[in-house]
Amino acid sequence: MSKRLRPATTLCVLSALAFGYSANALAETTLSALFMTQAAYSESDIRAMTADFTKAHPDIKVNLEFVPYEALHDKIVAARGAGDKGYDVVLFDAIWPAEFTKFGLLQDVTSRISSDEAGKIFNGAISTVTYKDKRWGMPWILDTKYLYYNKAMLAKAGITAPPTTWQELEKQAEILKQKNIVKYPLVWSWSQSEALICDYTTLVSAFKGDFYQGGKLNFTNPGAMKAMDYMKDTLDKGLTNPNSREYLEEDVRKSFSNGDAAFALNWTYMYNMANDPKQSKVAGDVGVVPAPGDVAGQASGVNGSMGLGIAKASAHPDQAWEYITYITSQPVQDKYAKLSLPIWKSSYDDPAVQKGQEALIAAAKTSLNVMLSRPVTPSYSQLSTILQQNVQSVLQGKASAKDAMAAATQSADRLR
Amino acid sequence: MLSLPQRERRQAWVLLAPILVMMFVLTAWPLVRTFWLSFTDAGLIGDGTAPAWVGADNFLYALTDPDFRAALWRTLYFTFVSVISEGIIGVLVALLLNQQFWGRTVLRVLVILPWALPTIVNATMWRLNFNPDYGSINALLTQIGLIDHYRSWLGSPDSAINAVMFADIWKNYPLVTLLTLAALQTIPEDLFEAARLDGASAWRRFRAITFPAIAAPLAVALILRTIDAFKVFDIIYVMTRGGPLDSTKTVSFFVYQESFSYLRAGSGAAYAVLMTIICALLIGIYMLLLLRQRKQGVSE
Repeated sequence: MSKRLRPATTLCVLSALAFGYSANALAETTLSALFMTQAAYSESDIRAMTADFTKAHPDIKVNLEFVPYEALHDKIVAARGAGDKGYDVVLFDAIWPAEFTKFGLLQDVTSRISSDEAGKIFNGAISTVTYKDKRWGMPWILDTKYLYYNKAMLAKAGITAPPTTWQELEKQAEILKQKNIVKYPLVWSWSQSEALICDYTTLVSAFKGDFYQGGKLNFTNPGAMKAMDYMKDTLDKGLTNPNSREYLEEDVRKSFSNGDAAFALNWTYMYNMANDPKQSKVAGDVGVVPAPGDVAGQASGVNGSMGLGIAKASAHPDQAWEYITYITSQPVQDKYAKLSLPIWKSSYDDPAVQKGQEALIAAAKTSLNVMLSRPVTPSYSQLSTILQQNVQSVLQGKASAKDAMAAATQSADRLR
Repeated sequence: MLSLPQRERRQAWVLLAPILVMMFVLTAWPLVRTFWLSFTDAGLIGDGTAPAWVGADNFLYALTDPDFRAALWRTLYFTFVSVISEGIIGVLVALLLNQQFWGRTVLRVLVILPWALPTIVNATMWRLNFNPDYGSINALLTQIGLIDHYRSWLGSPDSAINAVMFADIWKNYPLVTLLTLAALQTIPEDLFEAARLDGASAWRRFRAITFPAIAAPLAVALILRTIDAFKVFDIIYVMTRGGPLDSTKTVSFFVYQESFSYLRAGSGAAYAVLMTIICALLIGIYMLLLLRQRKQGVSE
């Protein structure tokens, strides 16, 4: 080949490559998905799931973005203005569908989920993505709060079985404190945040309280007041770690894993992490039961599930749904069941899923059927703030439970 | 034909036009839009209906809202205490760094370091330092015997705002130090020599020589810090998110919550407009003080 031809040949090869690349790029769809940074399905787990999906669907590329839970709502809302340059797939909490429906943030996917398929999923999970008889996504994280206990501490105190009621729990905590086994037997996530409302809701469900009376929001009914009194009482008696008032779930996990608490209320994810010797001093001693009820044999829970939906502005709803279907599918959920329990009922009877976490699965079978939902209202964010302030004012000793909850009810009534 | 000055003027306008357009787009338009929004009931995202004109309703609501008033007082407290502390600490450290001693350069770098840190890093660091279980503040205070048990600094409404303020002061006093130090270095050593020979005390030397030299840059630093402290948001977002019991909810956090969490752009804008007015008033007061000082300087 003459020297003169060489640049021309290079040019030809380059343009052929460029053409091939652009033809390939034309066939490819790029999705943007918004998740949260968390401990259960961690960022690396979600990246691994997505990589598996991309392997099976080479024509769909998924860009992942992660934000803390506390920023998730505002990020979804703020992205709305970006039109089709926003997200295609978004992770949303059980408390948001009412608001997101009002503002048209999610696509209606009712027709995409067959009733046969829905029947295989826990009701609590399905209710997470349902609002006004329509489905706004696919449930992904099925969760409620469980009662964790330190077996070694209980044994040391001569307690043979974990508590079956909240009153019994208080008594056991008193024994542990008296015997100086642990300074503060109980730890909770009571910082001014949604985590506080989840703990509060669990207790409201235990004492058979409700958030509504005559169709109106009300936090002063006997069950709800009992929940409030219980929280305050354990603080006053020195049974609850006072630092709980600045804790989020991760602080609870660390405190429990460090051996600073005998009892903790937390989500599923804590079970395997607290039992991991690499990150827990109490590995092997971690027991888990459903959060107790008011009387023996009953349990309590809060619906802390989350779903994956298609953003209204998405230009690729079919590909987005394909991705959502994949990562919420039973095989994928079963594979990662050590981190977060599946939404699929039959998974819980699968020995591979049960292995190593039999106690958690047993607790889940009870708890997942008694989950109380937090109030359903388009103004949930504001209602939650009102509740957080008033519950905290009781826990900080700045107001009586009666006054604070009456004030919360009054403020809720004025919600614009 | 245009005369030379006319031509020059026209050319100036032509050259300035792009920047003026850009300033309008980036500054004036958002301001005008916010102002307009504050008189409507607009949501952050539309629910299909056009925003309605509500007149001064949002402002009336804001001014009678006890939560907003509480946030306003809290913000003023935060601003006042932080800026005064940053001023005093900043000047003292600048005076120290202006002395000749071994290791001065290293110390200067160390002092500037907190200011160079991104706020989010600084806030995360202080959240860990104030941790009730393993925070260094508790460890230090217990070891020197100031407290007898670990406290929940960010979890108690009585201490949370002061803890956040502490973190803010730590990060921002170096700005005052930096500007003051630059001014200090312009003072000729002879002046101090002469004053010393005349028998002037250290305090007198500070008042007559040092302070006049640093007054103007110090005022600039304090104006900048006042505006910044009044708008404080990120450090609170990271350290306490307004809690516990709203004890750290400042005006900026209030505006953020109103607009992004509750999706009420209209009333969020009204709070933002009120905030801008107060900020402008604060700047106005400073400017007046500065001008008066300058006039006094001239008449002396």
